[in-house]
Amino acid sequence: MNAAAKITAANLSRRTFKDRFFKGIVFFLSVVTISPIVLIIYKLVAKGYRQISLNFIIKTPPDTFEAMTALSNGELIPGGIANGISGTLLMVVLASVIAIPVGVITGIYLYENPGKPLANLTRNVSDVLQGVPSIVLGLIAYMWIVKPITSGFSALAGSVSLSIMMLPMIVRSTEETLKMIPQTIKEAAMALGVPYYKVILRVLIPTGFSGLLTGILLGISRILGETAPLMLTALGSTIINLDITKPTSAVPLLIWEFYNDPNMVDLIWSSSLLLMAMVLTLNLVSKRIAARTK
Amino acid sequence: MNSEKITKGVLLLSSFLILFVAGGMVFSLVKGAIPAFKSFGISFIWLNDWNPTEGKENYGALPFIAGTIVTSVAALLISLPLSFSASLFLGEYYRGTKMAKVLGTMVDLLAGIPSIVYGLWGFYVLRPLLIDLGLPNQGFGVFTASIILAIMIIPYATSLSNEIITMVPNELKEAAYSLGATRLEVIFSVIVPSARSGIVAGYILSFGRALGETMAVTMLIGNANIIPTGFFGTGNTMASVIANQFGEAEGLKLSSLIAIGLLLFLLTGIINAIGKFIIKRMG
Repeated sequence: MNAAAKITAANLSRRTFKDRFFKGIVFFLSVVTISPIVLIIYKLVAKGYRQISLNFIIKTPPDTFEAMTALSNGELIPGGIANGISGTLLMVVLASVIAIPVGVITGIYLYENPGKPLANLTRNVSDVLQGVPSIVLGLIAYMWIVKPITSGFSALAGSVSLSIMMLPMIVRSTEETLKMIPQTIKEAAMALGVPYYKVILRVLIPTGFSGLLTGILLGISRILGETAPLMLTALGSTIINLDITKPTSAVPLLIWEFYNDPNMVDLIWSSSLLLMAMVLTLNLVSKRIAARTK
Repeated sequence: MNSEKITKGVLLLSSFLILFVAGGMVFSLVKGAIPAFKSFGISFIWLNDWNPTEGKENYGALPFIAGTIVTSVAALLISLPLSFSASLFLGEYYRGTKMAKVLGTMVDLLAGIPSIVYGLWGFYVLRPLLIDLGLPNQGFGVFTASIILAIMIIPYATSLSNEIITMVPNELKEAAYSLGATRLEVIFSVIVPSARSGIVAGYILSFGRALGETMAVTMLIGNANIIPTGFFGTGNTMASVIANQFGEAEGLKLSSLIAIGLLLFLLTGIINAIGKFIIKRMG
């Protein structure tokens, strides 16, 4: 073997080693990247499962004294988070009722008028809205609803902040979904003389339904766990409240309250477990729907 | 009558509604912030003081702007190698395999975990660990908050980088392989250069996310209204000070918090606009 060949051989083995080494690092760091999700779910299940029962869903939390008594007797803390679950449902439904129609209709507008200056402006503004931190949306709902309309913290204010959060996601997903529908389907309906609104209701929306649903479910899964804007708007309540002008609790708000009360702190795990279960189920369902339609 | 015109009108109206909401937000934030800017002038932004004592009230945003930027930059730096690896795993090394599918789903799930749950995990699992490693201030501070923030923003950078890496044309990679390049060389001399702007945009957008995160940071940063004294010092971010101090806020203090909200809104808006601009330029 001459000298040049020797150098090349040594060089090649060094390069192969580097290549393998880098692949190993990528593999290792990728595992590190996903380890938190495993660790977090493990922690929630391990510490929270004992508390989960029917009572946990249908009862309201104990007061701090009851919790302390149970703690000192070594028992499970009685009661549940019914006020949080009902409040979360109330606010999420109300936010959806506000955001879904506006979001879908705006998405259709963007799809129908591509390239128009107003459409471009709307698209950009909607992108900006998507980036607004949720706490700022809480401030906004406080100034728009809590102060002037319900003159106090309320579920309505919470819903408004959540709906502004959902809105851009729905606009985006609606437009993207409609873009994937073959133009010919719409043209066929138009050629038959179907009125414009019927083309939208009977052709565009049904054809893109699963795409729209995916966007909506993802939007809901994102607002389900929001805490910060609700601290500024819905505030919380110890009883089940379904009056949208009154302060209302939500599961994430309850977690925050339990976290700040040493006697109730045991309840954070089961509440978080329940919240995570709801969020992740919605997430996976929407991904499944999206994958099936592709 | 023409239903067509009505339909078009409704479409137009709802897109106006979004513009109206966005415009209204800016208007309300500015209006709410006026008393603070009237009292302290534009120097509110660089005033390094937060004193709610009655009669000596003095509010400035600098501690929180500094806290926000320090934690977000640190989070970005921590998340960089992790999300870069994950996107190479998904888009290059194990592309299309079952392993990539599992990893991809799990990365997506990271984005679904509520902020408050991250905060709890950081408080009860990560913080004790860091105390054992000798972190001061009972484990509270910029460093702890940054680690959790980094985990939270990983999915955003990963999904965009992965998408762009997948889009690099096979011919380019094959040309390099045919010249005898190893995979590592292909990654750093073909894939990364041609996907560069997409990867950068992904990091910018995830940085924008980090700026506005509230709950997890509030639970871990230590809530001291000062400029963080160092990487392990305590502090407060713009989002966390609003969450913390809003409860008992009135008058000038409330207005100062709203002014901080306005600054945060502008900061995230600018960062996101830069990210979106880079993506748009790529086509």
